[in-house]
Amino acid sequence: MTKNNFLYKVYHLYYDGFRSMKLGRTLWAIILIKLFVIFVVLKLFFFPNFLKQHAKGHEAEYVAKELIERKN
Amino acid sequence: MLQNLILNIDAGTIDWSRAQFALTAIYHWLFVPLTLGLAVIMGIVETKYYLTKDEFWKTAAKFWQRLFGINFAMGVATGIILEFEFGTNWSNYSWFVGDIFGAPLAIEGIVAFFMESTFVAVMFFGWKKVSAGFHLASTWLTGLGATISAWWILVANAWMQYPVGCAFNPDTMRNEMVSFTDVALSPFAISKFCHTVTSAWIIGAIFCVGVCCWYLLKKQHTRLAVESMKIGAAVGLVASLLAGGTGHKSGMDVAEVQPMKLAAMEALYDGGTEVGLKLVEGIEVPYGLSIMATNDPKGYVPGINDILNGYTTNDGKVEPSVEEKMARGRQAIEALAAYRKAKAMGADEATLNAQLTILNANMQYFGYGYIQDKNDVVPPVAINFWAFRVMVGVGCLFILFFAVILAVSYRWPKFLFGKRDITALPAWHYWVAILLIPLGYIGSECGWLVAEFGRQPWTIQDMLPTWASVSDIQASNVAFTFFLFLILFTTMLVVEISILLKQIKKGPQS
Repeated sequence: MTKNNFLYKVYHLYYDGFRSMKLGRTLWAIILIKLFVIFVVLKLFFFPNFLKQHAKGHEAEYVAKELIERKN
Repeated sequence: MLQNLILNIDAGTIDWSRAQFALTAIYHWLFVPLTLGLAVIMGIVETKYYLTKDEFWKTAAKFWQRLFGINFAMGVATGIILEFEFGTNWSNYSWFVGDIFGAPLAIEGIVAFFMESTFVAVMFFGWKKVSAGFHLASTWLTGLGATISAWWILVANAWMQYPVGCAFNPDTMRNEMVSFTDVALSPFAISKFCHTVTSAWIIGAIFCVGVCCWYLLKKQHTRLAVESMKIGAAVGLVASLLAGGTGHKSGMDVAEVQPMKLAAMEALYDGGTEVGLKLVEGIEVPYGLSIMATNDPKGYVPGINDILNGYTTNDGKVEPSVEEKMARGRQAIEALAAYRKAKAMGADEATLNAQLTILNANMQYFGYGYIQDKNDVVPPVAINFWAFRVMVGVGCLFILFFAVILAVSYRWPKFLFGKRDITALPAWHYWVAILLIPLGYIGSECGWLVAEFGRQPWTIQDMLPTWASVSDIQASNVAFTFFLFLILFTTMLVVEISILLKQIKKGPQS
């Protein structure tokens, strides 16, 4: 791949950019920690899909039962 | 209101779920408006560099982009938690609206990922690698990408306030999109987008002016402070005036589709024609509310009691009482139950169609079937009344503030400001500008309080109240994650503010 190749230029933009980051390193570290906390800790342990767990593939029936029974 | 809760759903579950959603949305909204607002500031600063080729502007652009980058990094993915909450705490609601939210949120995700990951990278890494024109375009497109993201999120929010372009399918128990255009270009969504984005520009502007005043107070980076302040004040003035105009349009939309919200915002119990706008209790602008709601000084504005008991508008439109709506809501739910039972038993088409006809005829009041006491449809009046006044008050103050900053910066008109030097004002002048930054956020958050408290008890206007939307889960679980979020978000906020302050102290770096 030559240096004039578009894909090389894109690669080099990101490679060089990430390599020369200063403040960016801290920010990326924060982003990665945050994404880990959100998607691994929170999603996995605290925010299960309620319907998937309780309706077991019969979501429409489950919600219908809930909404019909909650009528005053 | 919640004492009317029925069956086995603990009132605490609703309260904690609402509190958690509010907490997440409020924190999320601390990051978003600064991203949208600073995008405009840094775009204009870089445009100045592109036009003048003066290295000063390049340094200034890099400085504002650095602050933008910090806020952007801290705000990334904070909104995704709201979607987690939909799936766990609001599962009935989530299923009920699924197809409508799917498209806007998917588009938002794709646009945000591709536009922002591409153009943010060019903006930060590309100064020496792409042409000045391409770099400038990337900077503006970064802001545009964030703004387009906001569009789709606000389309989803607007649909909850004004559900259009959908049809309820009693077989799937979901609202299905019948017109993407009606959902995406709903007049309510357009007003909401314009008002929200212009208010976000105000936050960017007040942040910019506040930072500049800090430098003037410290007598550092004076040229950057003076030149950026002119841009910040100009953006702020234009944005404040636009926010006023778009706010008026939003007010008219609310009057049309959520009259109870407007009545609560005004603490208006008995409406009528030629209604004044209360500044505070006891002081009002004659005809103000009629003009705000209808553009006509003689326009009819219903009060809370009118809406509860039913009313007729000036043009003869009859709005049923809440009790009538409750009866029709119950009919809709009963027809839904009968339809599903008949279908399960293999009933003929005629039987099914008879139930469907009843359901469709009353579907617009479906949510009223869950209301036990008509007063349950009245949102919290005091919060709406004062939040609206804080929002409007802050907006009006900012019009004056930005106009004065501009006048002093340009020393115009000469007879008033000719002898004022923006770089040599008494210290308290700068402190006022710095302290207006949190006030801007308070005004902005109050706007959301009005939007969201005003539509209580509805998660979807007239179709689903909170107590039918919430999942059958333990209140203690939601309370635990509420405090978990409180710690997490507060930590993030402290980290962001400390990094921002550190970078502001460092100042621009050539």
